Amino acid sequence: MAEPGRALPVPTPETQGFWDGTNAGELRLQRCDACGKNYFPPRPFCPGCASRKVSWFKASGKAVLWSYVIHHRPVPGFKPPYAIAVVQLAEGPRMMTNIVECAQTPEALQLDMELEVVFEKQNDTITLPLFRPVAAKG
Amino acid sequence: MRRNAVTVVGAAETTKLGVIPDMSQIQLHADAALNAMADCGLRPKDIDGIATAGETPVQLAHYLGITPTWVDGTSVGGCSFMIHVRHAAAAIEAGLAKTILITHGESGRSRVGVAGRSVAASSLNGQFEQPYGPMGPPSMFTIPVLRYMKTYGVTEEQIAQVCVVQREWAAKNPRATFKTPITTDDVLNSRMIAWPFRLLMCCLVTDGGGALILTSAERAKDFKTKPVYILGTGESVETPMVSQMEDFTSSRAFRVAGPTAFQQAGISVNDVDHLMIYDAFAHLPIYGLEDLGFLPRGEAAAFIAARNTAPGGSLPLNTNGGGLSYMHSGMYGMYALQESVRQMRGVAAAQVPDAKISVCHGVGGMFAASGTIIFTNQEP
Repeated sequence: MAEPGRALPVPTPETQGFWDGTNAGELRLQRCDACGKNYFPPRPFCPGCASRKVSWFKASGKAVLWSYVIHHRPVPGFKPPYAIAVVQLAEGPRMMTNIVECAQTPEALQLDMELEVVFEKQNDTITLPLFRPVAAKG
Repeated sequence: MRRNAVTVVGAAETTKLGVIPDMSQIQLHADAALNAMADCGLRPKDIDGIATAGETPVQLAHYLGITPTWVDGTSVGGCSFMIHVRHAAAAIEAGLAKTILITHGESGRSRVGVAGRSVAASSLNGQFEQPYGPMGPPSMFTIPVLRYMKTYGVTEEQIAQVCVVQREWAAKNPRATFKTPITTDDVLNSRMIAWPFRLLMCCLVTDGGGALILTSAERAKDFKTKPVYILGTGESVETPMVSQMEDFTSSRAFRVAGPTAFQQAGISVNDVDHLMIYDAFAHLPIYGLEDLGFLPRGEAAAFIAARNTAPGGSLPLNTNGGGLSYMHSGMYGMYALQESVRQMRGVAAAQVPDAKISVCHGVGGMFAASGTIIFTNQEP
């Protein structure tokens, strides 16, 4: 029997656009057509001004490492120690993620280091956005 | 006396604290409630309002045999009980109830009679945090701290000092779970949980409960217990997702709840004799001291390391030993309230001499919610 994998998201009607984006290799955020605010997580109205006129757009995938912990306890789908990180996207919002193609150590994981999104397919419906150091690009 | 002043007339914890495998969670509520009623000479038929979290007010009313005219089931994590105190005070002032019971009970360690915990995979947390490998508060509540440390140049040693100082308070408390003194090295060398957090920087996981009984200050004169007056209260919430906090170096919920309470109380931080700041993890007192206005941003870790909050210091903080050393069932806020009441009654194990004003500040979830209560033993 396969080992249990990591917890996977179940999209809702309001978030489906985000997960459609990751499946297509795009990091999609939303922008308010009224006030211009970029925001995340997804919802069909602006959390800044409450306008329902909002649009999806493809984000650059550029980010910096904002904060993290290095988890030392076992969790299905992970091999400790591993970092649970929050990144600051170039467009403004922050999101939780994992940092890949990088040693999971305090020395390797420096706050404000430049990152870029990579997509890791989990199954036919879910692809997760992960981030790697820009220097790691092959 | 201030018009419509509200007081705590009954306060008690469960008879036992720590590991209580012979009691279910609802019985922990009841054990604390019965002790609080005995404390002030009341019976369930005398209670007309109830508030609780963890279990529902319906379960509590039925189990204790209470017919309430007012209920509050606000459940926003460990500070729910501070918020219950705030709501109960308003309800008594408004005449919605005369005698309100607030209970907490949690079989946090033994897990007897406890519903399972899970995060729905379709919730925002389930979609946008859980896939990245967090496992509960030790790996989530701690995520903002590296940003705080970089912003203000705070060291791991300074954060470890929070634990050392609180253990000194716990050593004075016979009911504290951990009483043996520890050093900074003991903290830093304890098992790594989620770097930079070691085991001793994380709260205990124990069983227990507590209950409070509130009534009007006018009626309080009929009770044998020393009245503890509620001088000011505040509450707020921010986000269910730690990754979506506005500022990783400060809690918006703290910055709303704290000043709201101080404004209502009509006092400044300089008037505070005794302080409780919910310490689920070692960074909480640091954030709390700054967000409540006791210290400028970035200075609280050095303030604690310089022993200002230790026994004999100018600002006695978490005098029961806190969630780090006294007990922590999961929703610790009730135990912080109990210690504030003991300090105001003058009966705490590590009593602060002549303390007249106590501030009790709680967090709920992982910087998700906050409640602040300011108590005094002086008739307002």
